[in-house]
Amino acid sequence: MDVATLLSFGPRGWGDEIAWGVVVTVTLALATLPLGLLVGFFIALGKQSEEKSLRLAANIYTTIFRGLPELLTLFLVFYGAQIGIQQFVRLFSPGTTVEINAFVAGMIALGAVFSSFASEVLLSAFRAIPRGQYEGGYAIGLSHFQTMRLIILPQLVRIALPGLSNLWLILIKDTALVSVIGLSDIIRQTGVAARVTKEAFLFFGVACLLYLALAILSSVALGAIDRWAGKEGVGR
Amino acid sequence: MNTAAAPAASVEMPPPPARRWTRDRVLGLVLMAVWGALALGLASFLFNAWRPDLFERYAPRYLSGLGITLTLVGVSILIGAVLSVPIALMRMSKNRFAAAFAYGYVYFFRGTPLLAQTFLIYYGLGSFRPQLDAIGLWTFFREAWYCAVLAFSLNTAAYQAEILRGAIQSVPKGQWEGAASLGLHRFQTFWKIILPQALIVALRPYGNEIILMIKGSAIVAIITVYDLMGETRRAYSRTFDFQTYLWAAIIYLAIVETLRNAVDWVERRITRHLKR
Amino acid sequence: MFRMTRFTLAVSAAVLAAGIAQAQDKLRIGTEGAYPPFNNLTADGKLEGFDIDIANALCEEMEVECEFVTQEWDGIIPALQAERFDAIIASMSITDERKEQVDFTEKYYNTPPAIAVPKDSDLTDVTPEALAGKAIGVQGSTTHSNFAEAKYDESDIRLYPTADEYKLDLENGRVDAVMDDVTVLSEWIATDSGACCKILGTLTPDPEIHGEGAGIAIRKGEDELREKFNDAIQAIRENGKYKEINDKYFDFDAYGG
Repeated sequence: MDVATLLSFGPRGWGDEIAWGVVVTVTLALATLPLGLLVGFFIALGKQSEEKSLRLAANIYTTIFRGLPELLTLFLVFYGAQIGIQQFVRLFSPGTTVEINAFVAGMIALGAVFSSFASEVLLSAFRAIPRGQYEGGYAIGLSHFQTMRLIILPQLVRIALPGLSNLWLILIKDTALVSVIGLSDIIRQTGVAARVTKEAFLFFGVACLLYLALAILSSVALGAIDRWAGKEGVGR
Repeated sequence: MNTAAAPAASVEMPPPPARRWTRDRVLGLVLMAVWGALALGLASFLFNAWRPDLFERYAPRYLSGLGITLTLVGVSILIGAVLSVPIALMRMSKNRFAAAFAYGYVYFFRGTPLLAQTFLIYYGLGSFRPQLDAIGLWTFFREAWYCAVLAFSLNTAAYQAEILRGAIQSVPKGQWEGAASLGLHRFQTFWKIILPQALIVALRPYGNEIILMIKGSAIVAIITVYDLMGETRRAYSRTFDFQTYLWAAIIYLAIVETLRNAVDWVERRITRHLKR
Repeated sequence: MFRMTRFTLAVSAAVLAAGIAQAQDKLRIGTEGAYPPFNNLTADGKLEGFDIDIANALCEEMEVECEFVTQEWDGIIPALQAERFDAIIASMSITDERKEQVDFTEKYYNTPPAIAVPKDSDLTDVTPEALAGKAIGVQGSTTHSNFAEAKYDESDIRLYPTADEYKLDLENGRVDAVMDDVTVLSEWIATDSGACCKILGTLTPDPEIHGEGAGIAIRKGEDELREKFNDAIQAIRENGKYKEINDKYFDFDAYGG
């Protein structure tokens, strides 16, 4: 079969399966991002807390999820958390089954990894904001929460954006690992096609190009966001 | 307020403020309790699940897997370091083609997952066996080990080239000019003045790259190289005992933390002259 | 910003809720989808094969609605225990090692293992002595990999995640021989992609390692489900349904003696 047929969207081609794989990869990355950012934000808050135990707890979190191979984290969540949660739920209502599917397992595992790196980026961004900004906020009568929201967060986003952009690009690549637990992402779909058709170079080449395309698209989008955030700063 | 108003004959140290039960403190203690409970649970699980026969059978395998992981990472990092020098130089070169080539190389290897690159080299090039046979390269590509080393080296070369470039460019231009005005040759300048300063900047990124490679190498089991992760999965598939994964997690964490602390220590030592 | 956080929080909660869904009344059957002719995926992503047809026939016999879940082979038993599905119909051999983890029905087929080599191979014998020093490809976590590691300890055993991958590597010459079920290997050799290779010979199964054939795995203690499956296997053997499926794939009775 020629390349055009192999990559076509018909029943004999693999184009539609691979396109679905792209959708799964992108959905997973997009679903992980808010989870990772939110958790990362709270971990960063914990790390710069004045309370020692809170700092320690946050540091343990990042040590674990930065140190474990992403693949291992994925297995621990996929197999371990499933069994653990199952037993936990059984305590309260025997007979119910709870299922963490491959997608959710991927989201939790990648989210944990993303958040531990994001907390570092956010922490250094926090430190880059002078104390005077907080004091200024309190001085004009804003509450702690308002100061955070109106004064600190907008600056935080701007300072942390390059670091977070980098983490986003890493996240897209890390989604490739979920193929190993059977989620039909780009790698798995092209892998099945490669094994069935024996055109391994073609299909894995296509996989690489698709990831590159996603990276380029992301760079363009992130560049636009960066300019937008930068402009807002100039206007001040 | 009162103390300020009172005529202070002798200055007493104020008593330390009582530690109040703030929200943060409660939260911190609760979270630490959660971690403590998890650690205790883990320890008791591993203690209860301890089986001497399993240990006897699988400990040597884990050890050999660990050896494979460290060898693979070590060899790849070294080859990558050698490859990264010309790439970094090309990236900074004024020759547009060289710069474009290096840019493309770096972009490709940093923009695609290591897993995809490994598959592309192992299975992808595997389908060109007749051609590779004809030029005598098949004996190399036949072995999964060499394919893994090649994929990892090419990958880390791209990252290391960027680290090197960033570090060299972080050295102020004045250093070059100063050396030139002293009559030093360009090569001498690079070797004696620029590189030592660049390496200080590059130390931490290099350390991170090694850590990334150790974590990333866990994927080689998929192409039949039995590293630590591969041995773990094999042990799990024979015993279905979850502790196999937990032991692997402990080993990986131990290596990564040791490395991180080692990098910190080295960095503290070589930047002593910069401390005021 | 905080409005956005609240929104993302709601979205993530929704996704989580969707993921942690309660199991339905359907009987969920786990299979691998990479083991032709027993279970594999077609180009349009559908499952086909002997296991799939048998499973459908059994479900029809038991009058339950079934749905298939594909799962990587390595994790198929943990996934059953974690209740991702209720039964494994994936050519799983009934072995003592696995019986410690799951319960099995009676066998639904039993075929011997075999060794395949490239057509131009100079190997003539399937004994461990003849294959000493050679690289043997085999799918990991299978009875075949256990057998190879136990009996062919002089050979270089390479474990692959799926059968498709050792086939690629036998064709490429990365391994000198592969070991698997004879029906799997002969099915492959009959196709274009298997034209490179030939069956060197079948092996005498070791009952200790290979067990008594392929059965349906279910969670321990679910005797009712096991009996239902056993009755259904019996029924399709008797009403000709089994033979109909068998003849679609093989020219001999796969059920074995």
